[in-house]
Amino acid sequence: MKKLFLALFLCTGVLGQAVAAGGGAAWDKAPNLGTNMSALQNGAKLFANYCLNCHTANYVRYNRLKDIGLTDKEIQSNLNFLTDKVGDLMASNIDPKEAKAFFGATPPDLSVIARSRSGAGGSGGDYIYSLLRSYYRDDTKLTGWNNKIFPAIAMPNPLWELQGQREPIYDTVTSHGHEVKVLTGWKVVKPGLMSEREFDAAVGDLAAYLTWMGEPVRNTRVQIGVWVMLFLGLFTLVAWRLNAVYWKDIK
Amino acid sequence: MAEFKEIPSNAPMSAKVTNWFENRFPTAFDAYRVHLAEYYAPKNFNFWYFFGSLALLVLVIQIVTGIFLVMHYKPDAALAFASVEYIMRDVPWGWLIRYMHSTGASAFFVVVYLHMYRGLIYGSYRKPRELVWIFGCAIFLVLMAEAFMGYLLPWGQMSYWGAQVIVNLFSAIPFIGPDLALMIRGDYVVGDATLNRFFSFHVIAVPLVLLGLVVAHLLALHDVGSNNPDGVEIKAKKDESGRPLDGIPFHPYYTVHDVMGVGFFLMIFSAVVFFAPEMGGYFLEANNFIPADPLKTPAHIAPVWYFTPFYSMLRAITTEMVYVLMACVALGGVMGAISLKGSAKLVSIGAAVLVIGSMAVTDAKFWGVIVMGAAVIILFFLPWLDYSPVRSIRYRPSWHKVVYGVFVVNFVILAYLGVQPPSPVFERISQAGTLLYFGFFLLMPWWSQKGEFKAEPDRVNFQPH
Repeated sequence: MKKLFLALFLCTGVLGQAVAAGGGAAWDKAPNLGTNMSALQNGAKLFANYCLNCHTANYVRYNRLKDIGLTDKEIQSNLNFLTDKVGDLMASNIDPKEAKAFFGATPPDLSVIARSRSGAGGSGGDYIYSLLRSYYRDDTKLTGWNNKIFPAIAMPNPLWELQGQREPIYDTVTSHGHEVKVLTGWKVVKPGLMSEREFDAAVGDLAAYLTWMGEPVRNTRVQIGVWVMLFLGLFTLVAWRLNAVYWKDIK
Repeated sequence: MAEFKEIPSNAPMSAKVTNWFENRFPTAFDAYRVHLAEYYAPKNFNFWYFFGSLALLVLVIQIVTGIFLVMHYKPDAALAFASVEYIMRDVPWGWLIRYMHSTGASAFFVVVYLHMYRGLIYGSYRKPRELVWIFGCAIFLVLMAEAFMGYLLPWGQMSYWGAQVIVNLFSAIPFIGPDLALMIRGDYVVGDATLNRFFSFHVIAVPLVLLGLVVAHLLALHDVGSNNPDGVEIKAKKDESGRPLDGIPFHPYYTVHDVMGVGFFLMIFSAVVFFAPEMGGYFLEANNFIPADPLKTPAHIAPVWYFTPFYSMLRAITTEMVYVLMACVALGGVMGAISLKGSAKLVSIGAAVLVIGSMAVTDAKFWGVIVMGAAVIILFFLPWLDYSPVRSIRYRPSWHKVVYGVFVVNFVILAYLGVQPPSPVFERISQAGTLLYFGFFLLMPWWSQKGEFKAEPDRVNFQPH
């Protein structure tokens, strides 16, 4: 009976994979830059310049960026375009009602966006890394942009300047009895300021920054955790031997 | 003053202070003797016996971290989500308190499920401990309510929509349903009113009830004495001074033993808190990092992992499944008519007809709620379902172990299915799983008597350490 249940259990696992594959392309893995301060600083620069125009980060204070190695002066003069105080929250000047009228949806707050997008395809950072590199020109859409990871996305390509504009090249293939369009390559409509490798690296930095911004305390948490585990290991060892000594009298 | 205990004037100060208290508050000193220094517990406790003290530890962790969270949390629909992020970012060590509280909630259920499983396999619910078990089941029920209400407080998408789904279930109850749901929510949809009353219940009302039940659970246990893995009644064999031969004083032997258990538990707990507080989206769900939006329903609403077995059972009760339930009730009614005597026969048939009739005229959704509730309530009746001549699984026929194993695997499968989005295959499996779950309990009066039982020992099996 147990074997039957085990077999059924394994079958559902396989079925589960098949269902998850639908809707949007698979995600790439973002580079692991969580402890790379210069990558995070570059990501902060990209974030302030390309994202904060429409998005807010209402739970993050500008001076939190000190945790990634910037000084108050650097933050205030290079990254805070809206307010005078470095302790202020990262707001945005865009009117949410206007934004909804322009794009069809209010741009979400980005403070914890990386934590909210993790799923079966990977971490939130992987999602953002894949999303921002998957834009292509599509004149059937309101903004002129579409996205492989999030089809019919309301946001136009925020990094179009850096990536440039490209169109997909499709090949029609017969699969399972009907015709299917398969992506075989890209046609560059207008080159961007960065090469593909430079752009991928920049987006990697931005994704790492957004992951950091979602939980700034993460690196500290892991560091403290190591000491906690060492202490508890020692504590449990002592408690174990103490217990053994007490129980020696029990026959 | 005549009954005051005197102490020589040259005694040390500590002895004098102790004596001062003992003369004015003897209850505390008696309690120490009754519940610790002279509470004789069986000496053969094993791994399964750590989880009671761990449950108490987690309760304390939740209360203390909860106290600090409430200093900064704002129970207002417009401010709640932001206040949690404020705790995570701007309150010194707020992130640690928050992670301890969220991990503690899941840890509470892990510990409680293992604690209940111990009761199941060693027959700790049997005479004379039925009331200890009943208080325990009440704690489980209250704990589920506490966790459900606490989950709304971060005011994320999953918080909001999970609450919306579950509270709407109450509206399926005939006649009183919609008004009951309205009273629970405080409004026609989950909103600020709901958040405020859930906050009040989660922080004060339910914890007080929980504490009262835990005290009752422990006092009732200490009155009858603990069970043990061999199911032997240690009070049956006492020495000249009236102490059980197989008993040892709880303090210091089990206090130091439980400190060791706490050490191991805290290692696992801390590993989660510091290295994986989200636990792959099972302890802190990704969707809950999106602020609640009444206008946007998530693609996939699921409760937190500890509710998923019961959620599977809820989803399994479709219109089709109600016919199967009707057949089961009919079978039950007929079995009752055959085996009961006199007027009980007619009552059995009558009750079956009534239930089948009401199944025919009500929504399957209502029976889903009933089945989900019954899955928890049936635990209360366990002492009266078990007809086994022996108490502990150690002396039952070996194939009984397979039955318990199947029950556990089934429960885990139901839990897994509860996390997944609905699908036709999963629905069939969860329907089979629901029948298996209830079959384990409802058929227990029959299967628990079957097989070759082994002789129960007089004294406990104990290997000196």
